[in-house]
Amino acid sequence: QENADPNRTAFLLRKQWTLYSVSPLYRFHNSHLRDYARLLSAFIAAEKQKGLAVEVGVELDIKVAVSSIPDLKGSDRDQAAILVQLSLRSQASQKNSEDKLVWSGCFCCVFGDHLSENVSDDFTCLPLFLVNGAESYTSLVGTWFQKTFDCCFRRLAISPLNLCWMAAMWTGCKVDKAISAMELVFSVPSLPYPLDISYAIHPEDAKALWDTVQKTPGEITQEEVDVFMDCLYSHFHRHFKIRLSATKLVKVSTAVATAHCDGIVKFLQSKYLTGVLMLLTELAISQIQ
Amino acid sequence: HLTTSLPLPSERDHLRPRIDLIVFMIDIKSKYSLKNVEASLAHLDASFFLGKVCFLVTGVGRVNFCSVEMNAIWKLGEAYCSPVLFCELELEGIRIATAQRLLRMLQICAGHIPGVSALSFGTLMRNTADD
Repeated sequence: QENADPNRTAFLLRKQWTLYSVSPLYRFHNSHLRDYARLLSAFIAAEKQKGLAVEVGVELDIKVAVSSIPDLKGSDRDQAAILVQLSLRSQASQKNSEDKLVWSGCFCCVFGDHLSENVSDDFTCLPLFLVNGAESYTSLVGTWFQKTFDCCFRRLAISPLNLCWMAAMWTGCKVDKAISAMELVFSVPSLPYPLDISYAIHPEDAKALWDTVQKTPGEITQEEVDVFMDCLYSHFHRHFKIRLSATKLVKVSTAVATAHCDGIVKFLQSKYLTGVLMLLTELAISQIQ
Repeated sequence: HLTTSLPLPSERDHLRPRIDLIVFMIDIKSKYSLKNVEASLAHLDASFFLGKVCFLVTGVGRVNFCSVEMNAIWKLGEAYCSPVLFCELELEGIRIATAQRLLRMLQICAGHIPGVSALSFGTLMRNTADD
């Protein structure tokens, strides 16, 4: 993956992406991307005609582009990622006015062998779907893909257990400049009013703690993640007398990436992009199976 | 009798009836509940583990609220030779069915069912869970 062109995947960085799991696409062909763009565009136009207003009150033309990103994958056995972009064609027909990108959707698969090896050749495995843009467009594109390729989209939620893994894993990553603090957000259950607790840790302290816990570099075990989290919880309890282990971890923010339990992520470092996508692909696959 | 942790306060020892069954409840949404159960187990007399203890895991309906790893719970059941039951408290049907199961187990543990002892029943439950 070292020769992946970072420019082609840079569009993923520093944007908020909502995650979905997608079941394998039936009879999807990389050679027909232009046709798919045309068909999707026609579908969106037809839906607009039917009165399913996408933009209220404004007559705007939506341009659809579907492209392949061969660099965005794990192994050679993975399918190349597919990027769908919706742009608003500017109304005034000025030659130098650019179309405005309003929605992006990226289907990808990073080291998704255990899904693709169990599926026949008619199917294309791209289990992870990343969306940036309005929900109304997501629903239009999703509907068209579901009808055309007989697949199923589901919001990908991330359990507190998986968020703990991400916190431990990403803390262990070496970053050039530890700019932002590591932050964990907990939601307190069973209260009449919503209460969130934010726990910010200096990134170097967090990394120092993780380094004492992790025994084998490159390997992480559940026990190590538990010890790491327990240390953070005890420290908090000592100071504030609050047991974080009885609350629900809902968000993890590190210099590498941030993740929210509703399945919303942000990638912050291109160096670790593949690693994070690999983890998310795995979560998507377990949700499908 | 409900309590949040063991050991029970010694002041009321003389008023307490015989204890036939102990159900340790673990909320899969709370890591703390597992830790609490583990700490309480240490205070329990060994004779209870001959069929008079079981673990009840709640909150299993919603996978994405999971803060406790299932492996840890299975290991606990194995280490203490006690069965692990699952329940979703929010669903009335499951709640009632689980309550009925626990009552049945209690009857056996209290010796009210002739021919079945707590130990033999506990072994039976564990063997079927392993399959």
